[in-house]
Amino acid sequence: MLAKRIIPCLDVNAGRVVKGVNFVELRDAGDPVEVARRYDDQGADEITFLDITASSDARDIILHVVEQVAEQVFIPLTVGGGVRTVDDVRRLLNAGADKVSINTAAVNNPQVVADASGKVGSQCIVVAIDAKQVEPGRWEVFTHGGRNPTGLDAVAWARQVESLGAGEILLTSMDRDGTKNGFDLGLTRAVSDAVRIPVIASGGVGNLSHLADGVSEGRADAVLAASIFHFGEHTVREAKELMRARGIEVRL
Amino acid sequence: MNSIAVIDYGMGNLRSVEKAVEHVAGPSARVEVTSDPAVVAGADRVVFPGQGAMPDCMRELELRGLRPAVLEAAARKPFLGICIGQQMLFEHSQEGDVAGLGVFAGEVRRFPEAAMHAPDGSRLKVPHMGWNRVRQAKPHALWAGIEDDARFYFVHSYYVDPRDADLVAGTTGYGLSFTSAVARANIFAVQFHPEKSAEAGLQLLRNFLAWQP
Repeated sequence: MLAKRIIPCLDVNAGRVVKGVNFVELRDAGDPVEVARRYDDQGADEITFLDITASSDARDIILHVVEQVAEQVFIPLTVGGGVRTVDDVRRLLNAGADKVSINTAAVNNPQVVADASGKVGSQCIVVAIDAKQVEPGRWEVFTHGGRNPTGLDAVAWARQVESLGAGEILLTSMDRDGTKNGFDLGLTRAVSDAVRIPVIASGGVGNLSHLADGVSEGRADAVLAASIFHFGEHTVREAKELMRARGIEVRL
Repeated sequence: MNSIAVIDYGMGNLRSVEKAVEHVAGPSARVEVTSDPAVVAGADRVVFPGQGAMPDCMRELELRGLRPAVLEAAARKPFLGICIGQQMLFEHSQEGDVAGLGVFAGEVRRFPEAAMHAPDGSRLKVPHMGWNRVRQAKPHALWAGIEDDARFYFVHSYYVDPRDADLVAGTTGYGLSFTSAVARANIFAVQFHPEKSAEAGLQLLRNFLAWQP
């Protein structure tokens, strides 16, 4: 049986892993190769890099990061953050990424999802959806870290990107992101039930039990978390042991 | 010196395959990503990867005039097919209704919608993406040091259905039991990605480099 995946997410700023503390201060958290290798050793099923480099001069640094990690870590790598064009996608894949995640650019120009998946295959294209609840049972897509409403219904948008050729959806609840209160399970389940491609739940993980809830109640195919792994509170292995104890199939 | 050719027909990034083979091969081996039939012909071992859609892969392979070199290698030297590289060894694929290289008899099929249900009744998603178990259907040098039912990383919507049951070297369950590895003589081919399958995948690549069929 297919295992549910646990995916640590690393924020990368100008070539270094950074950790946000209370969303204000960014602290250096090390070399991406070292951190990725540590998660690989712990049994991470994939690793996601989110490039948060603001300066356009420094944007190509992520390509070198991906190259170096892909030389030494032999599990799937997803890279997102600032991906706008099919050419951006190709450059990241050529550097060694296995999947590339597209967020705002997909909202601004849905055709980029079709063009990219037509060019490199659906399996390489993840569409990241940031959603906020607007009324009970309804979520809207937001961009720019939850600041800009788009008017798009999250479930309808998920179906649309699936039909455009996305191979996977990375679904983040902007209501929960950073709260440590757990995933928005209603959102996760609504999207997961609406599409036939895998859904990665993200946003709000505060303890290991939340990860298991994302799978068992949210019906996610994979769960993504950053801070609970970064700060050494928990290892990926601990997360998997708890999930297995709750009857979830994992790779251990 | 052990020389390994990774066949490049312009379909996507082969860096992961190259780096994983280099990682296990060590400095004494030469790993070359190539679309030159002469380099393929001169290599001791050949890796035949593939990603994307099989019709595109077949077209690009033909455009580069690589068919004879692939068939020649598959006939006589240690040969490892990966993902679409495995599928292309078969006669025909449902994906785009395209002919393959016909090294093996059989069809490449899409996961049938009707079978895509887990034992608990939930719907299984396609592509089949993630870590799944491979049951070793027969002993083989490439399984050395890899436990039966070990997990490997998969990402695909089509699988091979060989006509000859003796070809099956590994099976995986996803709604149905499908063939996830085939072997005959000097050929071993897998649906999963050993280059992305952590230690189990690296061990398989190590075994391939040491294999004397």
